[in-house]
Amino acid sequence: MTRDEHSLIFDRSRPGRSATAQAPGTAGDAVGIPDALRRRADPGLPAASELDVVRHYTRLSQKNFAIDTQFYPLGSCTMKYNPRACNSLAMLPGFLNRHPLAPAEHSQGYLETMFELQEMLREVTGMSGVSLTPMAGAQGEFAGVAMIRAYHRARGDDERREIIVPDAAHGTNPATAIMCGYQVREIPTDASGDVDLEALKSVVGPQTAGIMLTNPSTVGVFERHIREIATIVHEAGGLLYYDGANLNAILGKVRPGDMGFDVIHMNLHKTFSTPHGGGGPGAGAVGVSRRLLPFLPVPVVVREDSGEYRHAAETDFPQTIGRLSTFAGNAGVLLRAYVYMRMLGRKGMTRVAEFSTLNANYLQAELRHAGFDLAFPERRATHEFIVTLKRQAKETGLTAMDIAKRLLDYGYHAPTTYFPLLVPECLLIEPTETESKETLDGFVAAMAAILEESQQDIDTVKSAPHQLPNRRFDEVAAAKRLDVIYRPETAF
Amino acid sequence: MSETPQDLRYSESHEWVRVESDGSVTVGITGHAQELLGDLVFVETPEPGSAASAGEACATVESVKAASDVYAPVSGEIVAVNEGLADAPELVNESPYDDGWLFRIRPAETTQLDALMDADAYDAKVASES
Repeated sequence: MTRDEHSLIFDRSRPGRSATAQAPGTAGDAVGIPDALRRRADPGLPAASELDVVRHYTRLSQKNFAIDTQFYPLGSCTMKYNPRACNSLAMLPGFLNRHPLAPAEHSQGYLETMFELQEMLREVTGMSGVSLTPMAGAQGEFAGVAMIRAYHRARGDDERREIIVPDAAHGTNPATAIMCGYQVREIPTDASGDVDLEALKSVVGPQTAGIMLTNPSTVGVFERHIREIATIVHEAGGLLYYDGANLNAILGKVRPGDMGFDVIHMNLHKTFSTPHGGGGPGAGAVGVSRRLLPFLPVPVVVREDSGEYRHAAETDFPQTIGRLSTFAGNAGVLLRAYVYMRMLGRKGMTRVAEFSTLNANYLQAELRHAGFDLAFPERRATHEFIVTLKRQAKETGLTAMDIAKRLLDYGYHAPTTYFPLLVPECLLIEPTETESKETLDGFVAAMAAILEESQQDIDTVKSAPHQLPNRRFDEVAAAKRLDVIYRPETAF
Repeated sequence: MSETPQDLRYSESHEWVRVESDGSVTVGITGHAQELLGDLVFVETPEPGSAASAGEACATVESVKAASDVYAPVSGEIVAVNEGLADAPELVNESPYDDGWLFRIRPAETTQLDALMDADAYDAKVASES
């Protein structure tokens, strides 16, 4: 490890250096700014040449694990390949240069694509209406539960204070319920991975506003009692919320609307292959059943009888939960999802579900064969599945975290670790449909090699990674003493 | 794994309870629970003087793996909390049954204590889960 590889951009800073080194200095005096408004001190920004900046950030990017460089089986995140065609078509000048305040008559092409995207999402989920405006999955969830609340309020049904959430749910589900002013009722998962129906019956009642479910659930199995769950919750007057995180597994096969769900959010950055990770931008479109249509967040694209498209807003949706972004969602992300869906077509969508589940089941079978324990061995996987290291942790001390760290040495991004919380020492593995058999076989070989290593030389595994720029972090210190602010040793 | 102390009572959700001479009860999480959670990085204790009700979340422990609720084993008033955990959550890992205690409740009534397990029953429960 050279000092250079760990250096910060501030370390490369030299007073007065900027852009291309040989260009004459252009930093002039700020014209016309009153003296009282001028800053007295230097802002403390680094001063580096263009080439230094390029090298610095390129080097940093080379340290990353990314879907473009490595297999990335991060469960519940659907890290699939993002086709380049989506990027190039979303960046056509007509889209790229359209101002968000451009009038509808100048934006018919863009509005038509957004209308068609709404229609395709509506069709593939079986819902009655779709709004594209939520900026990310978490905001889509918020919009969904806010609509449930608006629905009950509009009916004068003010006693519904609880949202039911299974213990296998994403952490965002209870967080969303709390954000929307509800109390959370947790219900357990039974031994085969389905919702415990008796527990559900015991907590459902006139206080139930709704239930939030992921199907397939985060334990990687399809919820077989979904019809009974829908009946139990609907009969109590509650609504069903579908967390779209795992939509990939059922695309074109089963529709949440047909299962009885009233509202769904769709992570376009997962299922519909828009770039993902690094904090966004995402897109969390919401779909609703007929009774929630009046509450959709605005704007929504509508087609007039004349064939013209326009953004419908508060006038058309007087009961809307309101706006979630300044304009109409992340246009660039929505366009990528549109291109992706148009490229796949109806048949391609079905293949997504088929191949993502085929890949997961193949990987599950091979890992089991290699000596790993499955959390739900009697169940067929959906698009993801869980391996538990509980036995190995007890026998040799090999934990899920050790495997995750050692996999990095073998060139694989780690699967999701320690989630869902109800399975001890777990790895949640999602290969996605875009990986080849050879890649999956390579991953199985690495997992088998790590298992073998753990029996011969557990210390090598427990102190991994060894091949990366950074060794294993002190996670306690990282969590407790998180300090990422740069402070120069001497002032600029 | 650490020994399960014989003089304490245990809940299904892995809290331990010690009845003090003044009638209050001290609550913490078991050695088994801290082992499952891993190294703790944060502990949120309830406000002294606030009400706790049996079976409801009362404190939060956060490890490098997960954040988990700690449930009040009995109903009553919170009379003390372990202030030292704010700066040293690792005490729960190092000394779950002594220095790592979480909070103290003055029980509204004592019959809820009878529903808790003794050390042998708790050990059997842990063994059946693993």
